[in-house]
Amino acid sequence: MPINFLCPEYEVVRDYDRCIACRVCERQCANNVHSLIKESGKMFADSSKCVVCHRCVSLCPTRALKIVKSDHSFRQNANWSAKAITEIYKQADSGGVLLSSMGNPEAYPNYFDRLLINASQVTNPSIDPLREPMETSVFLGKKPTELVRDENGRLQNNLAPQLHLNVPVMFSAMSYGSISYNAHESLARAAEALGIYYNTGEGGLHEDFYKYGRNTIVQVASGRFGVHKAFLESGAAIEIKMGQGAKPGIGGHLPGAKIVGDVSRTRMIPEGGDAISPAPHHDIYSIEDLRQLVYSLKEATEYKKPVIVKIAAVHNVSAIASGIARSGADIIAIDGFRGGTGAAPTRIRDNVGIPIELALASVDKRLRDEGIRDEVSLVCAGSIRSSADVVKAVALGADAVYIGTAALLALGCHLCRNCQSGKCNWGIATQDSQLTKRLNPDIGCKRLINLVSAWDHEIKEMMGGMGINSIEALRGNRLMLRGIGMTEKELEILGVRHAGE
Amino acid sequence: MKRVYVNENWCLACHLCEYYCAFANSGGHDMATALKGVKLHPRISVEEKDLVSFAVSCRHCQEPLCVKSCITGALTKTDGLISIDRDKCVGCQTCVLVCPYGAISPAEDGVMQKCELCTKNGCEPRCVQGCPNAAIVYEER
Amino acid sequence: MGQINLPQDNALMRAELPREGEFRNPSGCAISGMISTSGKRFSGEDIIRSISVMHDRSNGLGGGFAAYGIYPEYKDFYALHIFFDDSAAKHECEAFLERHFDIINLSKIPTRKSPAITDEPLIWRYFVTPLPTKLASSQLDEREFVARCVFRVNTRIKGCYVFSSGKNMGVFKAVGFPEDVGRFYRLEEYEGYAFTAHGRYPTNTPGWWGGAHPFALLDYSVVHNGEISSYDANRRSIEMHGYKCTLQTDTEVIAYIIDYLNRRKGLSMKEICSVIAAPFWQTIAQMPPEERAEAEYLRNAFSSYLITGPFSIIVGFEGGLMALNDRLKLRSMVVAERDDMVYISSEEAAIRVISPELDRLWYPEGGQGVIITVNGGDEKCR
Repeated sequence: MPINFLCPEYEVVRDYDRCIACRVCERQCANNVHSLIKESGKMFADSSKCVVCHRCVSLCPTRALKIVKSDHSFRQNANWSAKAITEIYKQADSGGVLLSSMGNPEAYPNYFDRLLINASQVTNPSIDPLREPMETSVFLGKKPTELVRDENGRLQNNLAPQLHLNVPVMFSAMSYGSISYNAHESLARAAEALGIYYNTGEGGLHEDFYKYGRNTIVQVASGRFGVHKAFLESGAAIEIKMGQGAKPGIGGHLPGAKIVGDVSRTRMIPEGGDAISPAPHHDIYSIEDLRQLVYSLKEATEYKKPVIVKIAAVHNVSAIASGIARSGADIIAIDGFRGGTGAAPTRIRDNVGIPIELALASVDKRLRDEGIRDEVSLVCAGSIRSSADVVKAVALGADAVYIGTAALLALGCHLCRNCQSGKCNWGIATQDSQLTKRLNPDIGCKRLINLVSAWDHEIKEMMGGMGINSIEALRGNRLMLRGIGMTEKELEILGVRHAGE
Repeated sequence: MKRVYVNENWCLACHLCEYYCAFANSGGHDMATALKGVKLHPRISVEEKDLVSFAVSCRHCQEPLCVKSCITGALTKTDGLISIDRDKCVGCQTCVLVCPYGAISPAEDGVMQKCELCTKNGCEPRCVQGCPNAAIVYEER
Repeated sequence: MGQINLPQDNALMRAELPREGEFRNPSGCAISGMISTSGKRFSGEDIIRSISVMHDRSNGLGGGFAAYGIYPEYKDFYALHIFFDDSAAKHECEAFLERHFDIINLSKIPTRKSPAITDEPLIWRYFVTPLPTKLASSQLDEREFVARCVFRVNTRIKGCYVFSSGKNMGVFKAVGFPEDVGRFYRLEEYEGYAFTAHGRYPTNTPGWWGGAHPFALLDYSVVHNGEISSYDANRRSIEMHGYKCTLQTDTEVIAYIIDYLNRRKGLSMKEICSVIAAPFWQTIAQMPPEERAEAEYLRNAFSSYLITGPFSIIVGFEGGLMALNDRLKLRSMVVAERDDMVYISSEEAAIRVISPELDRLWYPEGGQGVIITVNGGDEKCR
């Protein structure tokens, strides 16, 4: 029906003076945008199929391609945006829920961008990380409340199980199924080389990757897919996923098309059937139930592994986190409303949850007010985009951060936000063997190592500038931050002063 | 000796290696100018069947049949590298017949050509540099 | 005329500028300390002379002393030294003290008028012991009870500030150069087995006397030279355990951390050194296994109390002193011995002026605490 025709939002622009019709664009596009017109020997592009993944642009050897925002427009309307109008057309056509991928792209305030970092001048020397030790390694886990000494007065190690990170950055949960085998291999190998952790997400752990267990966090979510004794024992820590920043309050859905071969086996579900994770854990309807699951998992693994509870940042996140801290969890992971996803209902992704900066600041404060901050470590997630975001998150109170989108970008993701299609041209969010092979883990692993090492260098530079030579002295050190362009209330929640104060 | 190796697991059949090869041997400075409207004679070619693909170029054999069979001595082996002297080649195509890999082919002017690891182009093999997925590597094994 | 106007000008100044505690006040400083390891008591004259050598390291905006062993006749009672802004504050405070303590003795702290020290508050001293009924109903350990009462006065009663609360020790501090502060308090008339001193170089005017150092809680006192970059991380962590950092000074937070780790957690001074100036991980990795396990444990368990940025501190406690530098040694500190005396100072000259001949003199490395106790006494788990 003509109403359904939507003029493409982006156009493929080809410089015919440069195009040599090598057809790499055609061969590399899983969406069939490009084709060769036999008669003229020229390449043609159907922009309406283009998802703006830039695969063709990146591989074009003569730089003949670019993708530009179309200047085609609806009649200007400050209320009815083009997005609002076209989404209505789509829903009027399909009758369905709109689906989206990756993090919330809407123009909500970004508080990391309104925080500025301090540096030493005169009264306190900055420290040069090239000349002096600069420490960014952290331990995650409960700190002891009582000290125990032996008969000679020597302190006994009564620490609960801990995770040791060389850099306060981990790869967040992305399941095998939502991302490819090669993406998982890249993450696992990089985590091992960096001395950090990656997370299985809710999809089990492929048997090939058990060897990276010391750097693996295994996830137990509401569908319990892929959970068995060996799985729990294979990882360094167990994460109970209660929620996800991109879609707080709802479960997950991996379409049957992606449940093929090893994915089906790893998830322990039949091939071709949809994998539906319920919205809640049906054995957790309250905080006391969570405590039972935490201890069930600890019992099952002989109290040798820390248990992480991951929640989405929602309105009363600090009270929830405080409850979790009293429920035996060793680490709380909080995922902000900009966190990524392989697929989520658009309305939920774009309208539910709160910014991680505010959630983190209020959780850290609440746990301190209640004197239980040392009972748990805090990991924050939900659009950590740079080392500066890491520094700001740690200064607000995080022990470490999870990165998901940033890690995928390192692997080649161009944030086209079409993961739900399963036709990822970069070989990441797909199970099509012709596409997955586009991500060579030798390259992927190296790029992840590069990214995190680069961030580590930058974190050290910023710490040195502040005169801090160990990351634990930055944790919760909010005097090292100043806000800019914020209201009194925002500053109060973040616990920082305004720049100039 | 460093050689070009291919790994079919990572070959995407994008054929970029062929274009980078042709460009490297064209002597041009800009690929669009050098290759636009030109029939390509690359010294590497992608073989594909069903879902498997990989690039083939001269293996620089230990016992090269092409060198043995060359009737004019145009093909020689020096320090493991098999190269061709265009002035000596008479275009008899004996080497094409004997090469088990199909790695030698005639150039536009009828003289034989083959991969010489870009030694005459003053760079590392361009097919390797141009491969987007490290399916072609240049290394010592 | 000028003399008549002066107090008014000062009063105006107080009204316009914030008081210490309302802002962060980075300071440079001089510190000095001395202790007789045989427990022999000596006059405060030496510590005044020592700190006066480093006159240029302070700027007249703060000086002070801690003296140990000075109240042998009241050694079983907590000696509270209190600043009052006015007599109304004093009345309110005394009413509070009477409700919680048995006051054995009270008096004005003797001072000597000096043109160099002006604007003094009312300065009183009380020897007290907790009322047994109050102590019992609080279900607290005696020292914790006293500490909480001190916090209560300092945070709840306006115009009162308890700046010394230990047994058989006392803190004496003021706004001025340290040598003038010493003479003002007639420190040469006291005899003790250990003294520490502080000359302050704050970047901003402190506004009142409470901001001067040493900072003390119970018998722990801290003099400190430096500006710690970990301040807010340390503050927010220690405040979880009932401490209130009202002054926003590094010295205050360091004192609370030491009180917490030593008195409440039972860590020895040596163990405390490896928490607050923890060895680098690369150093820990090279330690023998047992030592390594302990260092790793302490660093991990008490990671919030690692102090970074430049500092040299002298901690006074019952029966000893502990001197410590930050782990990069970004502030000067020298230690020397002569017979039974041990001296610690920012500068060697401040030691030589007291004892030109020394048996030994050394510069402790960053993070290497020097702990000196009277008669080799135990400083552990008190």
